[in-house]
Amino acid sequence: MFGRDKHTAEQDDTHRDDTTRDTTGHDDANREEPATVVKGDPIAKPDVPPWERQGEQLLEVRDLFVEFHTSEGLAKAINGVNLTLAEGETLAILGESGSGKSVTAQAVMGILDMPPAKIPSGEIFYRGKDLLTMPEDERRKLRGPEISMVFQDALSSLNPVFPVGWQIAEMFRKHRDMNRSDSYDQAIRLMERVNIPGAKERVKAYPHQFSGGMRQRIMIAMAIALDPKVLIADEPTTALDVTVQAQIMALLKELQEEHDMGLILITHDLGVVADVADRISVMYAGRIVERAYVDDIYAAPAHPYTKGLLESIPRLDQKGQDLSAIGGLPPSLTRIPPGCAFNPRCVMAQDVCREESPPLRDIRPRRQSACHFAEELLDD
Amino acid sequence: MGKYIVRRLLQMIPVVLGSTFLIYAMVFAMPGDPTAGKCGERACPPAYVKEFREKYNLDDPLPVQYGKYMGNVLQGDLGENQYGIPVAEDLRDRFGVTGKLASMALVFQSVVGILAGILAGLRKGGFIDNLVIVSTLFVISIPIFVSGFVLQYFFGLELGWFPVLVGADATFYRLLLPAMVLGSLSLAYIARLMRTNIAENLGSDYVRTAKAKGLSNRRIIGIHTLRNSLIPVITFLGYDFGALLGGSIVTEGIFNILGVGGYVFTSIGNRDGIAVVGAVTVLVLVYLIVNLIVDLLYGVLDPRISHD
Repeated sequence: MFGRDKHTAEQDDTHRDDTTRDTTGHDDANREEPATVVKGDPIAKPDVPPWERQGEQLLEVRDLFVEFHTSEGLAKAINGVNLTLAEGETLAILGESGSGKSVTAQAVMGILDMPPAKIPSGEIFYRGKDLLTMPEDERRKLRGPEISMVFQDALSSLNPVFPVGWQIAEMFRKHRDMNRSDSYDQAIRLMERVNIPGAKERVKAYPHQFSGGMRQRIMIAMAIALDPKVLIADEPTTALDVTVQAQIMALLKELQEEHDMGLILITHDLGVVADVADRISVMYAGRIVERAYVDDIYAAPAHPYTKGLLESIPRLDQKGQDLSAIGGLPPSLTRIPPGCAFNPRCVMAQDVCREESPPLRDIRPRRQSACHFAEELLDD
Repeated sequence: MGKYIVRRLLQMIPVVLGSTFLIYAMVFAMPGDPTAGKCGERACPPAYVKEFREKYNLDDPLPVQYGKYMGNVLQGDLGENQYGIPVAEDLRDRFGVTGKLASMALVFQSVVGILAGILAGLRKGGFIDNLVIVSTLFVISIPIFVSGFVLQYFFGLELGWFPVLVGADATFYRLLLPAMVLGSLSLAYIARLMRTNIAENLGSDYVRTAKAKGLSNRRIIGIHTLRNSLIPVITFLGYDFGALLGGSIVTEGIFNILGVGGYVFTSIGNRDGIAVVGAVTVLVLVYLIVNLIVDLLYGVLDPRISHD
């Protein structure tokens, strides 16, 4: 849909040494002449996409831990997450509810409620500056102009008692010191940009007077108002019906390309990811369990959890068959099972899975999996 | 909006007629002689009874009596009480005092209550929160006639900061302590209501959005959280103001305030039917109008409520 060739990991031999930091590469040019890519030195090649180059990451999350102090004990929501995001790149974070994908996003945004949340360790770099050690006031000024976020439920995420135009205009008034009428002009421009019909007439309308899809467009208009470099979309289409979902995703993709934004797309919907994302990180129980390019993962998942997720998508070419589902439930974050967190639900689980937590490791060029049996899974 | 107001005003007519008719019937159609006890220890002279019954059409059937009474009311004549003083004149004085007291109580309870509620709600479980919870519980559990007398004794007699009684000259200063006593109970409810709303709205999605927009804390709380949290509180305040305007028998009694509550109370005791019906008729009207204003205000504060 967005003009990228299909390929598999097996065909790919571009490789970098520090793939543990999720800076694996992906480019059509590489695939055509894989032999010319110098191993370990992607900077030498000019048409390497930005997220393959070293030291140019827009956003980099290193070893992030987040825990919640609850009445039932310590809930370990994020357990050592590493992420990178480059300009113009779309990174999808995939996982069930409670896998920590939203918490990761909120930690990056700096909008976690602390307490109960706590970040015991980790670093979040935005253009080389650590957001976590930055004074709060400085960090606040990045929210909106630099890093922005679109939430799942636009009805509850928009303030019900202020007109939508006012809420969009607020970005310009507070971050750009713009006056009322100029900021309203900007709001109208943005509402037109996200294809809201009759923007001029509806700028003073309230959120409840819009349909679900229109409200999500307003959320998006608000998020991109100040041309942020990073846009985090937390399940932006989950509350919408299928036709509207496609429109919203197309709009996000369009805006991303227009502004060359880095887009983090959080979702549990593999169907949404396939068309839009460049890379995928699959999360389970607060850890990244698989990381790969989108086509690789669809061709051959390297983690039983990813495999289970893929098998649970209804497919037109398998009509009439039972849809498989991953048995069991995600673990309680206060009692994450020892060893691999997925072992109680895993069809491949062996004794080693119950004892030893598999690290996220390179299994193929530009592919990582946190499974003891990733190679076996890929070779199937 | 205009249509809505007209409709609401029209709706008031049956409510006013119905409620005043009920009161009229209860006062004049109840068994017992309306003139009993009007002439001291003795029975009233027959000439007085005859004149009284004629003046208030007591020999007519009840609906006719009521019709004639309402006819007079519509012309602004609420009749005379048993001392021959026009009820309308009495009520003007009494409502003046009660209105002043009610407004002062309203300002006191809303300012202090809302502030306490915000401070408590911002740090749920913190020191101020616990302080507010315990002190409001204390206020709620003590009946007003106890707190009234205690404060009167303490601040009026012992410390001498406030006058002990109000009396005929109801100045702002004299009404200060009674207004605080009168507003204390609602203050406690408002503080708790506000606390809950603030705490709840701070966790809402749109406040999270406001944070994600990079707004200052002050703006997140002062604009985005506060406006939503105030909606139920304003409703409560509006209805409470209507109730305050009905006068308070206890507080007026403790501080010797010549307000509406005491007027109705003594009139009932004196079997002064004309005074009671007159006062209650006005009260019903006041309550209905305050309610209408609250409903209109509600629509202004919360755009989801539509008055079209």
